[in-house]
Amino acid sequence: MGTYGSLRRKAVATVAAAGALALVVGCSGGDDSATGGGKKDGKVTITMGLYGVMGLKETGLLEQYEKENPNVEIKADIAGDEQTYYTALQTHLAAGNGLKDIQGIEIGRAKEITETQADKFADFADMAGTDHFLPWKESQISTADGKVLGLGTDIGPMAVCYRKDYFEQAGLPTDREEVGKLWEGDWSKYVEVGRTFKKDFKGDKVAFTDSASGLFNAMVYGYPEQYYDEKGELIYDKNPAVKEAWGLASDAAEDGLTAKLRQFQPGWDPGLANGTFATAVCPAWMLSHISEKAGDANKGKWDVARAPKGANWGGSFLGVVEQSPVKEEAKKLVAWLTAPEQQAHIFKEIGNIPSSKEALENPDVKNATSEYFDNAPIGQIFGAAAQEIPDKQVLGRKDGTIKDTFSQGLALVEQGTARDKAWKTTTERIEKAVG
Amino acid sequence: MATSTTKALTGEEPPGTTGDGNTPRRRGALLHRLDVKGAPYAFVAPFFVVFAAFSFYPLVYTSWISLHDVELATLDVMEWVAFDNYVELWGDSRFWNALQNTITIGVISTVPQLMMALGLAHLLNYRMRASLFFRVASLVPYATSVAAAALVFTMIFERDFGMINWALGSVGIDPVDWEADKWPAQAAISTIVIWRWTGYNALLYLAAMQAIPAERYEAASLDGASRWKQFTHVTVPGIRSTIVFTIVLSTIGATQLFGEPLIFGQGPNGVTGGADNQYQTLGLLLYEEGWKNYQMGRSATVAWAMFMLLVLAFVAQHLIKRLRSRTS
Repeated sequence: MGTYGSLRRKAVATVAAAGALALVVGCSGGDDSATGGGKKDGKVTITMGLYGVMGLKETGLLEQYEKENPNVEIKADIAGDEQTYYTALQTHLAAGNGLKDIQGIEIGRAKEITETQADKFADFADMAGTDHFLPWKESQISTADGKVLGLGTDIGPMAVCYRKDYFEQAGLPTDREEVGKLWEGDWSKYVEVGRTFKKDFKGDKVAFTDSASGLFNAMVYGYPEQYYDEKGELIYDKNPAVKEAWGLASDAAEDGLTAKLRQFQPGWDPGLANGTFATAVCPAWMLSHISEKAGDANKGKWDVARAPKGANWGGSFLGVVEQSPVKEEAKKLVAWLTAPEQQAHIFKEIGNIPSSKEALENPDVKNATSEYFDNAPIGQIFGAAAQEIPDKQVLGRKDGTIKDTFSQGLALVEQGTARDKAWKTTTERIEKAVG
Repeated sequence: MATSTTKALTGEEPPGTTGDGNTPRRRGALLHRLDVKGAPYAFVAPFFVVFAAFSFYPLVYTSWISLHDVELATLDVMEWVAFDNYVELWGDSRFWNALQNTITIGVISTVPQLMMALGLAHLLNYRMRASLFFRVASLVPYATSVAAAALVFTMIFERDFGMINWALGSVGIDPVDWEADKWPAQAAISTIVIWRWTGYNALLYLAAMQAIPAERYEAASLDGASRWKQFTHVTVPGIRSTIVFTIVLSTIGATQLFGEPLIFGQGPNGVTGGADNQYQTLGLLLYEEGWKNYQMGRSATVAWAMFMLLVLAFVAQHLIKRLRSRTS
């Protein structure tokens, strides 16, 4: 028994060692045409990797393309959460394996892609009929030497979504024009309204806003420079815009104005469905999420008002990977999906604001209203907000990661950590994350 | 060989045929020798080839990476930094925090788990109706995937609309923020681990219990031992080696705890083990460094630190055992 036992223990130890290391395996190898797409018997298969609700599949555009091009079959793989998606994309890019022909790229990752992965994406610079985008949108996905790695889908001008019924119960105005005036021009007025709401709202368990991080993002994205300056130097700890946003978001958290939820994480969706908060700072692309999760029961209770200041939060691009066996076909599909008519179609269906200048001027877009949000003229509201987006937006390599880290830092404040301590923790984490 | 020489010498066969006649026989002998000496190696080779490819090579390569500054996006650009990563890890409060969490979650998941498994095995060992059903049922959680189990428990432990807080509320207890507070979060994660592994360990114990000769119980009851005395003096010593085995397995499992906290936290919070790293285990720290910060060098360093910890734990265990057997 003794020797048997110790033998077994040795075996167990070996297995343990193997197991510990197995955790870090998984990034080697490299197959050249591993995108899953290809040509066979005159039929073209194109694969896509997407995330969130980009609206390409949801509004039937992929189906329409397949119908118009009977020899094309599109396989779209949609991840819910962008961070999970991007982590997988990074791994796939490093391994040269597991990529799709077409990959979605979120704005927070654009800089990292253009700086480190430019050779892995196909160039759109010479593609005809792709000069209809907002100029800043295209420059965000271009490399220093002029290569264009993708085409824009949507942009994220902001507004504030609010519950009219709760505003009424708190004695606040409910008309979207008047609500917009309450906080016009200054985010601190928005927090001030929150204090009034907390004081006057009759009933319990309804917070003024969903999260401190939503407010923080909205403020930070209103400035041309956020976490990096134009030279690519990190300025997140010195930038007055970041400090101001951190301060105000902390105020809101400390005063108990937030529901302490994390956007797009569990708890947030039931929060929407059960109405545990009265407002949410909402980029255009968030409307589809709210209407879906808050559900029919809350139809007409939500409305959209102008945000205090213009800002761009989010928006995406579609890129084609260089190693794709159907590169030209995939580029054609991307150009079609991001063409003005299709962008206008997505906007009408789910409210993602076009990044195409032409689509923005389309009267159908300009005059669009949202039935779910009590017929709010979202074309007008977000169109005007899009005008206020700073023409120059400096992106940085780790924008996405830094944004997520700040969100966690504000969650700490919401849970009762002193803001100075939370700030220190956050900056330490960012130091680690940016290497 | 010897025989053929003798034969040739005694002249039983005509000279000249010797060589020709012996070649097949010699080849046969060679094959036989290969068969006897070589076959065992051939039989164990597949294991060692797989081990070399999937364990030994990664082990060496990981240690090589850990001595460099490497990013995931550019794995071919490696900058030699010697032991800097290790020094940095030693001075990193996140590492000590993760180590502490790994140990505390390990203890609060392993101890109740094995205790409950022992009790469950004892009950299953009784003669009863539908014993097969209960035995299979106790193994069902083990057959569930980590992801599915963790996801369901995440919903159950949800702050605003979770079942547990609802139950607590119905008896007048304030809701607990299971994710955001340190000890509730660790307890919730331990619950997932306990739920998944108790039945599995119970079956291991049960198998060992059934190997205990019935005479020992008879002898014990003749000596007037109560049921409890029988349990502590016959059953537990009888399955001692199995208990040690499950402790070893659980320790390894606890050291590598990863999936449960990752899914419990969901999204960014899962990777960092909560906004305050309140339930970040070593496995999660490894993942955060590698797949959130994309620093493969630092990630590999954490992997090696985990490996060294396991080695240390087993060396310590061995030493203690030696000391104890010497004193007894």
